Amino acid sequence: MATHNIKHALFSAIITLIISAPILGLDLESAGTELKLTGASTSTLVSIVLAAIVVFLFQTFRDSIMGALGQMPKLNRFADREPMPQEKRLKLENIFLIVLVAGALLWPFIASRGSVDLATLVLIYVMLALGLNVVVGLAGLLDLGYVAFYAVGAYTFALLSQYFGVSFWVALPTGALIAALFGFLLGFPVLRLRGDYLAIVTLGFGEIIRILLNNWTSLTGGPNGIGGIPDPTLFGMEFGRRVKEEGNISFHDFFGIAYDSTHKIIFLYLIALVLALVTFLIIRRLMKMPVGRSWEALREDEIAARSLGLSRTGVKLSAFTIGAFFAGFAGTVFASKQGFISPESFVFLESAIILAIVVLGGMGSQFGVILAAVAVTVLPELAREFSEYRMLIFGAAMVLMMVWRPQGLMPMRRIHIILKKQE
Amino acid sequence: MLEVRNLSMRFGGLLAVDQVSLDVQEHEIVSIIGPNGAGKTTVFNCMSGFYSPTGGQILFEGKEIQGTPDYKISRMGLVRTFQHVRLFGNMSVVENLLVAQHRHLNTNLLSGLIKTPNYREKERKSLDRAAYWLNRVGLLDLANRDAGNLAYGQQRRLEIARCMVTEPKLLMLDEPAAGLNPAETRELNQLIISLKEDYRVSVVLIEHDMSLVMEISDRINVINQGRPLASGTPEEIRRNDDVIKAYLGEA
Repeated sequence: MATHNIKHALFSAIITLIISAPILGLDLESAGTELKLTGASTSTLVSIVLAAIVVFLFQTFRDSIMGALGQMPKLNRFADREPMPQEKRLKLENIFLIVLVAGALLWPFIASRGSVDLATLVLIYVMLALGLNVVVGLAGLLDLGYVAFYAVGAYTFALLSQYFGVSFWVALPTGALIAALFGFLLGFPVLRLRGDYLAIVTLGFGEIIRILLNNWTSLTGGPNGIGGIPDPTLFGMEFGRRVKEEGNISFHDFFGIAYDSTHKIIFLYLIALVLALVTFLIIRRLMKMPVGRSWEALREDEIAARSLGLSRTGVKLSAFTIGAFFAGFAGTVFASKQGFISPESFVFLESAIILAIVVLGGMGSQFGVILAAVAVTVLPELAREFSEYRMLIFGAAMVLMMVWRPQGLMPMRRIHIILKKQE
Repeated sequence: MLEVRNLSMRFGGLLAVDQVSLDVQEHEIVSIIGPNGAGKTTVFNCMSGFYSPTGGQILFEGKEIQGTPDYKISRMGLVRTFQHVRLFGNMSVVENLLVAQHRHLNTNLLSGLIKTPNYREKERKSLDRAAYWLNRVGLLDLANRDAGNLAYGQQRRLEIARCMVTEPKLLMLDEPAAGLNPAETRELNQLIISLKEDYRVSVVLIEHDMSLVMEISDRINVINQGRPLASGTPEEIRRNDDVIKAYLGEA
């Protein structure tokens, strides 16, 4: 076995050398009009050799290293414990939720302005991830273009405010409903597809929306985006230093306190918190309703579900539309938070990150998704010192996570409906 | 109530079902038998809307249903089980029955979100119906288990209960006795007869277990290599020379 490993390791090391030597070890230099091939500096050559040695060593001791990795999950002391009864678990979950919300309510009054702003972004991602969780986690439809609905929500608010002077509170439901409408319209033709095919079509749809926003300059301003999106008001009170609209009163004047620009940020954070909580509660309720059960039934066994009279299109469409609705919610809040949006905020990477949150948190698990949303949004910020390496760290963390805990941070635990014994 | 006329199903160059006809009257148990690969399940798939037949007609209560989407056929009251059990394994036993009652429970989203009394009433009724059928097939004690953890025979019974809570008019069972031991087969026998006698449901049955077929069928259709071979009462089938040949080979 050892000789086999060494042979394999030698082979891998040589391949490493063959691949990296010409790519890294040779430099192209332009001398006047000609290109000259020169050897790279010695430090580069040394690192190439070092890399080959590392590959060799890893491959030689591969079995023991992988074995050691395999031991890791046993660090989790709770892994072998009996799952607790559902009633107790639900009670714990509720306490946890209350503590979470209480903590989140206190947060803006103890944290700095920057962290409250970041927390608002986290809440927006929580909403997005909870919405996508319905589509991917519960209904089992892989949606790679979810950001499109987010964009629809944000642009609905931006356009309505630009052309019709609509306020945040009117735009919030409108944006969500129009995003839901887009979800419905897209879902109609594509939901007969499944798996990979569906993923590709949704990916295309996401790009179509972005490119459309980018190129329809007369309406959306193209890459320049739309600015001057109004902040939300509290019962007609504005949060700016000066009142923008005739007849309105500003928040600090009304309460007779000094103007403070953090008021606005805190207010926006609280709105996002309430909306995220509403999203959470509505989806949790839906999961226990017939529609939630039919999503799961279709995911588990589509043929059986159809044989029982569940319409495939209808069920998938409802998941898609509801998911899009909450993305529209998040989009409106995002537009209001930024005050300026452009197609750049709605690239494919956003869809990928939201999907990563859902997978990382545990598909179908609401608490897991919230936890993952916090982790995925906050960690890159904390790792800012590592600047260009932070995406690398992020990627490595994702890979390790999937090796150790492919079921997610907090795997989904279904809330069963209990049939009580009848006397 | 169900009439199949000259049904044909072609997959490319393969004619899986060729001119098969059969009919089912109210409150009757009709069996379809035949060697493996004879096309019995294909006939089922056509009847339940999973396949759109390439020829012939299927009439259910006088209406042509060939080519109608599967879920609509199921809602008309033509419900089937599968050769390989298809349960929602991660859901509990009772939830499997609740999914099946989706149609009865189908209220709008809003009334469910705010739990109107009407919604609660419907939910309670569907739980009651689920409990009734679980009791009927002897699974009430296991109601809150995951369906995927049940023993095979229990899964078979749960699948039948799941069909029955949809209140079908015609039940199609695809090899319900496959994999059951003799005691379980006898129980199944009684259950199927009771479905007909007590719940006034017609049953179409695909089955290899001859003792089961002969005992409970009112009529039997034999299919061989996609073509109808014989049909008649169990007595007639038992004495039919063609059937004996097809099953036992030329003597």
